[in-house]
Amino acid sequence: MNLRILKVLLRKEYLQIFRDKVMLRQMILMPFVQLVVLSSAATFEVKTARLYLVDRDHTDASRGLVDHLIASRRFGVVGASASSDLANQSILNRSAGMILTIPHGFENDIVRTGIGGLQIIFNAEDGALAGVTNSYAQQIIAAYSRDISASVKPMAAGAQAIDIRTRGWYNAELDYRDYMVPGILVQLLTLVGTLLTAMNIVREKELGTLDQLNVTPIPRSAFIAAKLIPLWTIAMGMLSIGLIVAGLVFHVPMRGSLVLVFFSAAVYLVVALGIGLYVSTLVDTQQQAMFISFFLILVYLLMSGLFTPVRSMPTWAQWLAEMNPVKHIIGIMRAILLKGANMVDIARPLMILTVMGVLILTLAVRQYAKTSR
Amino acid sequence: MTEPGARERAIVVRDLTRRFGSFTAVDNVSFDVGAGEVFGFLGANGAGKTTAIKMLIGLLAPTSGSAHVAGLDIATQTEQVRRRIGYMSQRFSLYEDLTVLENIALYGGIYGLDDAQIAARASRMLKTLGLTNQLVGRLPLGWKQKLAFSVALLHEPAVVFLDEPTGGVDPITRRQFWELIYAAAARGTTVFVTTHYMDEAEYCDRISIMVDGHIVTLGTPKELKTKWNVGTVDEIFVRLARAS
Amino acid sequence: MSSTLLAFIIKELRHILRDKQTLTILLMMPLVQVILFGYALRSDVRDVRLVVIDPSPDYATLALRARFTAGHRFKIIAVTPTIQSVEPLFRRGAIDVALEFEPDFAMHLQSGGPARVMLAVDASDPNTATTMQTYARAVITGYETELGSRRPQTVRILPEVRMRFNPTLESVNLFIPGLIALVLTLVSALMTAISLSREKERGTLEILLVSPLRPWQIIVGKVLPYLGLAFANVITALLAAWLIFHVPFRGSLILLLFESILYSMVSLSIGVLVASVTTSQRVAMLIALLATMLPSSLLSGMVFPTASMPKFLQIVSNIVPARWFIVIARGIMLKGVGLQYLWRETLVLALMTLVLMTIAVRAFKPRMS
Repeated sequence: MNLRILKVLLRKEYLQIFRDKVMLRQMILMPFVQLVVLSSAATFEVKTARLYLVDRDHTDASRGLVDHLIASRRFGVVGASASSDLANQSILNRSAGMILTIPHGFENDIVRTGIGGLQIIFNAEDGALAGVTNSYAQQIIAAYSRDISASVKPMAAGAQAIDIRTRGWYNAELDYRDYMVPGILVQLLTLVGTLLTAMNIVREKELGTLDQLNVTPIPRSAFIAAKLIPLWTIAMGMLSIGLIVAGLVFHVPMRGSLVLVFFSAAVYLVVALGIGLYVSTLVDTQQQAMFISFFLILVYLLMSGLFTPVRSMPTWAQWLAEMNPVKHIIGIMRAILLKGANMVDIARPLMILTVMGVLILTLAVRQYAKTSR
Repeated sequence: MTEPGARERAIVVRDLTRRFGSFTAVDNVSFDVGAGEVFGFLGANGAGKTTAIKMLIGLLAPTSGSAHVAGLDIATQTEQVRRRIGYMSQRFSLYEDLTVLENIALYGGIYGLDDAQIAARASRMLKTLGLTNQLVGRLPLGWKQKLAFSVALLHEPAVVFLDEPTGGVDPITRRQFWELIYAAAARGTTVFVTTHYMDEAEYCDRISIMVDGHIVTLGTPKELKTKWNVGTVDEIFVRLARAS
Repeated sequence: MSSTLLAFIIKELRHILRDKQTLTILLMMPLVQVILFGYALRSDVRDVRLVVIDPSPDYATLALRARFTAGHRFKIIAVTPTIQSVEPLFRRGAIDVALEFEPDFAMHLQSGGPARVMLAVDASDPNTATTMQTYARAVITGYETELGSRRPQTVRILPEVRMRFNPTLESVNLFIPGLIALVLTLVSALMTAISLSREKERGTLEILLVSPLRPWQIIVGKVLPYLGLAFANVITALLAAWLIFHVPFRGSLILLLFESILYSMVSLSIGVLVASVTTSQRVAMLIALLATMLPSSLLSGMVFPTASMPKFLQIVSNIVPARWFIVIARGIMLKGVGLQYLWRETLVLALMTLVLMTIAVRAFKPRMS
């Protein structure tokens, strides 16, 4: 490769990038906005569920249950009456998320038979919310039944045969944000890498400057390197900003080596940029470039385990996910940051990414022709 | 293989053809352009001019036929051809977000000029054009076109291809532009130019007129006018275009 | 409609129809997404990989191990006597749960207990971790019950739980309304912003300006074809959801289509607004991405419930049009309710359209003169 040509081309790219202040500001702003907004928004944790109470029992037992629910701060009573119709209305107009109906004779049943029945109706329109709220409710109700066991049947409270203790490794507080932040950083790298690369090159096609470059004796490798290196450094810069924000603002754990984080990101970026480069060879306008890359990125992200675990997917989808570079880098990032994984632990996905990088770059360089056929 | 006498001939085109699917954009075209000549390549929109130019400068591969530029085969010696030619397209294609000097440095670097050569040629160019260094995007169109032409000549190519270089430019600037073209030709550069303006055709040493992928007539403006018995190139053009 | 306007709209339509590549993707996108959402995006936990640390295997630990393998949820990857070798397995992501028995587990159990067992779970994914923990506990408690060495009957409160509108919590049912919002945003806001700023970048907008077309006509001509495209997308997504996944459709189709158009108009206004404040396609795309796509997918309640967000984000989510549209779409599709329950959300969208349209047309004008 002609280093002199590479040097002048690189100089041109950097000059253009740093002259476009709007673009630059956006690129610096993006990691902040993404991390702050996304990591706070991307959670299934339920703050306070709005409960509509239909208490037909009006006893100590029924009141005690409601008090327990409220005391957990997970539930708030937004309305109460004896009417199922009113309760039903509250769910239809979304003023309540769930209806708790305590039937007449609830306390009586508990004293006589030891079993009390009640009914909970969730608005499962928002299924994730309903599912999580349900598990909270179950826990609290179970705890409440243990509590009243002591008062209703004092002898009942016996010793347990098996004592189960649990421990959550790597994220003992079960903080969802710790889990999301590495994934969000990857999303950022993917957007910048693929989208900006594709658009940058197609922009030159649209402006006609690409033809101008193609009639010069620039080697293909120099042209491509000059396009990829600046975007690669920008993405690495954004990763650094993102990591600093993640560490300082969100106190996301960084148990593993940061060098390894950057090394893996560097390898992954070759893949992301290569995909962008490949897209740019297929299209003629920035609109198309954006559209195709966006479509690809969306599929990649959905199939990457960012939001739902890959291992919950059907087997065929898991096989597809193996071909998804985003899946591998998200796995690597989470392993390094949350688990302190070392080079050996992430060797397999890193190898896969390396192979992908080589393949996509070869393909893209071959596809990029100065002379069209 | 170069033909005898290729040294005197800057461009040699033989049976050049380009098809897109079933559509033949350039159909069996043959012509020669002498070294140092100003060659006008005329034709209506869609006649195949741009396709032909794109083949000559190596942006598009011919379907069949051959062409030599500066004695080099465009099909097999494409990269060497690229070192010997300059190109200026109908769309302004310098970088508007770079300054004049930055653009010059970029293209100078690409063609392998060293920093001293670039600096010398840049200052000479600024002086000739009467330009100051600023963002290219801020220049008026006429200046941009003159600058683009000068940059296309920066590496002193044997042949320079100009694809409608004076589109949208006022008559005074067009005159100045043609002075630049003559100056280049006087230094021995072959100029291959397409244009819409038939008055400009009169400035060329020789012209060809392309209709529907064929070259229908070729000669000096004077020869053609005598042959068709008309006063201006414009009239020939109108007749040919109407005939098609 | 004037004939100039009609001619202009036809020209725009031709632009879109000529670009087969983009058109194919545009029309395929909702289909692919419905399939992905429907088949691939599940959060149920299967094939939990288990390591058993059993320092002194006895009948009780063997019985428990058997119970873990009997169900289909757990797969025992390895059994080791010490915990030492387990950490690297966790780090590499080769196992999900480690079950550690104390030495002489059966002896403790016989002598009246408690016999101790430790469940260590890879909690880097908190949701999955909680679920795995619950499953594992259930297996152990089941064994405990079987032992018969149960304490006397305690009080049990048995809630009967009903998940209304979506009894099986089928995630595809929940995603489809959000998906429609996402596709509409993409086509309406993003495509409009880019298509308009492209005309600006190329200077063709100036040519339109000197034509007899008025600014609002230019806007209408630019956005109308995209509105049609958006409409086609809604239909595709709905058909796919209905035919492949049997997503329920309980309410009025007419109402949903009407609301979709309303939502498209909000998005289109945002697209025009973005295009009028930017000068290049790249910037327009970035801003449109930040201002529409991200909020529509993450602040709208499509994936993550708005109720789970911090207060300030809940407030911010109110200005995200998709948030209101998703309530409407879910209401119509899953609950089968009509305008009497959705008038508030509809009104919000209508107001947003009005305000954004006015601002967009105004912002567009000075640029043109």
